[in-house]
Amino acid sequence: MIVNLARKPKDDAPVAAASSNRLAAGTFPYVLILPSIVVILLVIGFPLIYSLYVSFTPYDLLRPNSLNFTFAKALRNYEKLLNDAIFWRALGNTIIFLAVSVNLSYLLSLALSQLLARVTLGQSLLRTLLMVPMMFAPILVGMQFRWFFNASVGLVNNFLYSIGLMQTQGQIAWLVDVPLGMFSIIVASVWMNIPVLTIILLAGTLSLPTETFEAAEVDGASGWQKFRFITFPLLAPFSYIALTIMSLDIARAFDIVRIMTDGGPAHRTELLWTYITRLSIENTKFGLGSAMSWITVFLSVLFTLYFFRQLVRARIVR
Amino acid sequence: MNTRSVGPNRRRNEIIWNAVAWIVLLALALPAFWIITTAFRPNSEVNTFPPVWIPQRLTLEAYANMFGLNPEVQQRVAVEAYLRNSLIAASVSTIVAVSLGTLAAYAFARFRFRFHTPLFLGIMLSRAVPGVALSLPLFLLLNRAGLINNVFGLAFVYVAINIPFTAWLMDGFFRQIPQELTESAYIDGCGHWSAFWRIELPLSLPGLATAAIFAFLAAWNEFQIVSVLARNNAAKTFPPGLFAFTEQFTVDWRGMAAMSVIMMVPAVIFVILVQRNLVSGLTFGAVKG
Repeated sequence: MIVNLARKPKDDAPVAAASSNRLAAGTFPYVLILPSIVVILLVIGFPLIYSLYVSFTPYDLLRPNSLNFTFAKALRNYEKLLNDAIFWRALGNTIIFLAVSVNLSYLLSLALSQLLARVTLGQSLLRTLLMVPMMFAPILVGMQFRWFFNASVGLVNNFLYSIGLMQTQGQIAWLVDVPLGMFSIIVASVWMNIPVLTIILLAGTLSLPTETFEAAEVDGASGWQKFRFITFPLLAPFSYIALTIMSLDIARAFDIVRIMTDGGPAHRTELLWTYITRLSIENTKFGLGSAMSWITVFLSVLFTLYFFRQLVRARIVR
Repeated sequence: MNTRSVGPNRRRNEIIWNAVAWIVLLALALPAFWIITTAFRPNSEVNTFPPVWIPQRLTLEAYANMFGLNPEVQQRVAVEAYLRNSLIAASVSTIVAVSLGTLAAYAFARFRFRFHTPLFLGIMLSRAVPGVALSLPLFLLLNRAGLINNVFGLAFVYVAINIPFTAWLMDGFFRQIPQELTESAYIDGCGHWSAFWRIELPLSLPGLATAAIFAFLAAWNEFQIVSVLARNNAAKTFPPGLFAFTEQFTVDWRGMAAMSVIMMVPAVIFVILVQRNLVSGLTFGAVKG
């Protein structure tokens, strides 16, 4: 497979100029956008507003009469959540999970992209290997790591046994113990995140102007200095593109956790998303689940908005 | 390339870089290799302890069981239903989402109008809504409309989920087409519509293919929403179908691996075909001379 990630910067020069002088054209653009907006409002906008309404009611799926709104009880679900220790635990777990997973994925991908930019032997084959995790649906990633981390027949324990680090079968309960459960789901999510991040950062690295590096070499800059003061700052727009894409898909972690541990045992790996499912789908408390959904929607949109603004700013500054 | 190590260490560094890269990437790809081989191994090798590392014998047993060709296996997985539903939901939603998303992207890439940025941001942010949060109200609303366990109801939901990413990708691709081409089309008497149809859409076909495959995969792999909206095999796709291999205390790992291999086919095609276009679409605007 021929993978040509290196786009010559000069190909894009006229495009950048063109984009700044767009046409003015009456209602035509609105006509083009309208169908998309209608579908998004129907499938995402309206249900979200409906869910906001449900979150102010004590709705339980098994008691259809409970879907009624009263001002006195409107904030009852939110109060319940704020007093729910498991909710706080899930929120804490989610924050830890996201902080570690996003940072680790980014750092490893950055390192891997720098490594791949220097490879001279079998470049295209290596890039194909890099794509391999992309072939896995998130649910498959979860399934695969659930199996690998399985205590009695899992690959990890089997490997530890085979090389003599473990004496008996199933000695380490990866998905059960604290903090190994959290560690296992983070490993799975990092594995899933690496390819896309690395591809984008590698494309960025290969597109950087050569002259800057030559000048730095003349001035006697070390490899680390070149990375720290040239590559890394110039990669900023690519970093934000990568992080924006990741933030859009961050809730995919739910799929992994749902199949690996399902938030358990005893809420040890409970994330906001698994707790919503537990409250609403398993316990039929749709009102409470909707209240929690709104909290996650708010957090997700905030997160994405932050990266998007950084992305726009990074583009303009250059 | 920005790598010019100076001095006599250059050759040695190169060897180290190459070796490290190969080891790291082989390790990254190893799990996939393990899943694929497991699908073709006999159960006696998969579930034993101490482990058997090197496959001794290859077999199609897992697939025979899955497709009901093995009379000894009574309870089997509804793989045909999953396949049918996955194909319908993914292709219907891809066709509609790519058509609509491309029109929107063209507007964003080519025209100046009020609310340009808020509308674009709004569409992108709709993608950030977690599927879990969306699945609850969708369940209630589709239940009223009688569209629960309906694969076309599911496809309609996927249209909305796929529009934002299509719009983002295609916006990047349209901006790479030199505007002089469009301008000369206007001079030759083309209206907006025919300039779009005759000039810019044909030029962005590689982008369209990328967006289509990306949308297809997003629907093919989606789990959060389908697991709530599809309660039986009339609408279940592959991802919730995987749970058919798990029971409370036992999991048929080999069966899961075998189904995973089927699930991976579209993604493998995707990786082979469009990876290069994907990168140039996503990174547009970041690359400047």
